[in-house]
Amino acid sequence: MFVIGERINGMFTEVKKAIESRDKGPIKDLAERQLEGGADCLDLNVGPSKGGDIDNMLWLIEAAQEATDAPLCIDTAKQEVMEKALEAVENPVVMNSSKAIEEQLENYVALATEHDAQLIALTIDKSGVPSDVDGRVGMAATIVTKAMEGGLDMDDLYIDPVILPVNVAPKQPRRVIEALRQMKIITDPAPNFILGLSNVSQNCKERSLLNSGYVSMAVEAGLNAAIMDALDEDLMNAAITAEVLMEKHLYCDDYINAYLSNK
Amino acid sequence: MAIPDVKEKLSGKVNEVTIGATSDDGGSRSKVVTIGGEDGYPMCGFEADYPNKPAVALELTNGSIEDWHPEAKKHVEDLAGDLGKWAAQCEEWGADLLCLHLDAASSSAEGRSADDCAEDVEEVLEASGLPLVIWGVDEDDVDNEVLPACSQAAQGENCLIGTAKEDNYRTLAAACLADGHKIIGEAPSDINLSKQVHILLKDVGMKLEDMVMHPTTGALGFGMIYIYTTIERGRIAGLDGDQLLQQPVVVNLGKEIGRVKRATLSEDQAPEWGPRSVRAPLWEAATAVSYLEAGANLFILRNPEALDQTKTAIDNMWPEA
Repeated sequence: MFVIGERINGMFTEVKKAIESRDKGPIKDLAERQLEGGADCLDLNVGPSKGGDIDNMLWLIEAAQEATDAPLCIDTAKQEVMEKALEAVENPVVMNSSKAIEEQLENYVALATEHDAQLIALTIDKSGVPSDVDGRVGMAATIVTKAMEGGLDMDDLYIDPVILPVNVAPKQPRRVIEALRQMKIITDPAPNFILGLSNVSQNCKERSLLNSGYVSMAVEAGLNAAIMDALDEDLMNAAITAEVLMEKHLYCDDYINAYLSNK
Repeated sequence: MAIPDVKEKLSGKVNEVTIGATSDDGGSRSKVVTIGGEDGYPMCGFEADYPNKPAVALELTNGSIEDWHPEAKKHVEDLAGDLGKWAAQCEEWGADLLCLHLDAASSSAEGRSADDCAEDVEEVLEASGLPLVIWGVDEDDVDNEVLPACSQAAQGENCLIGTAKEDNYRTLAAACLADGHKIIGEAPSDINLSKQVHILLKDVGMKLEDMVMHPTTGALGFGMIYIYTTIERGRIAGLDGDQLLQQPVVVNLGKEIGRVKRATLSEDQAPEWGPRSVRAPLWEAATAVSYLEAGANLFILRNPEALDQTKTAIDNMWPEA
């Protein structure tokens, strides 16, 4: 599984403080710990921190790149932040994200091919997240079509069918699983499928357990990437276990250690 | 319409493992042998690179040759008991490497001491410049005493020493690390266990690039297919990117031939099968070629005629670099 560690996000107080005081220590520490935990890539999100979003993002990139050569995932809803970030980043890069709106997709696919970046596209359009399976699958078709038209390799595309919290949208986890299955069937060659996993347990009590259970189900349905908490060992172990059970990796008694040492 | 490119694109590659060290690298071998390095399924020369031909070693033992197949025994009868002479003869026969089996150390044999076995290793190293494989007796207590002594005696020669197993690997790994040797990780026809042995060896400090995998060995007609599929499954996983299965494979097949009646029955017992003197080496070479097709990289044989046939087959079959 392509694991994008989610912890460098201004929503976390520690990161917000580090950004605002320009203290690279906590950012580097989070980068190293997440990679050690099994992350392949690091999400960078400035969150609600004070100061300009562009300056903050460029600083985050600088801090992360001082700690690692691993891929970075530029997490912003603002195109101007994305553009500046793509110009500055030297590590391999993932753009997070475009919605399934044709005009935005065209722009983002063009940016991705220009900067040799990978792209995450969400099944969200102008009216928001579809509540059903078909809406998600229809948008996935739009995303794939636009990516192909723009010359983006399917290996460089991640479709995110957008999971909502189970406590407020109890039917959604099952529908997203079904959407994953169907999206995989209609695409050949298939792109990658990703989820912002922690969203399934937003404001819930048993977050780790919910995330772990859900990642196992989603892996079975075709998920091969996730933005998730790489510092949660139980969650990482659940994801690795699910992949072993789906024969993505050959079993051995120390398969967790084997997976992590294969990085 | 363009013809679609159907070539397999694989992310992994078999590790290159070099056995032996010349004086430039602190050893005394006259040559070194490198195995592995291919980045595709066996024999798919149209889509992958095969930089190193598989190598063939001849076995010699410090123990008895009583149980050797008669057609192999007849070549070495005058050499057994004189390891130096035997080693030199193997080199003359055209072996790429030597494989010294320490059978004499076995508790069921004479129980030869670790120091005496170490002297045997020295004798072989002095008599021939070929790279050396050192093979224990498959008894944990004995191996843990004898192999470290042999490892030390061959310090700097970059030998390949085995075998390390799931429940007995620490002592041998420590010796190989200390004396600069490669190690054989063994798991009987079980790819999951092979992976486990490799992760255990890695955890005690061996590099994945310094390991050779031994999935154990069965002769053609005596379990070869089980080992064949084990090698095949491991190779597929390795080429798909699993670093714990990117080790080249050794098969120790010379001694297995004596178990197969097609190779052992005399022409009196089975006249329709033709002369045993032809059949036995052919059976050994055919077993080796079967493993060659599965992806094996190093063959340990007994019969020098089988050595010739196997090397000819490799020359004819191996994709051009």
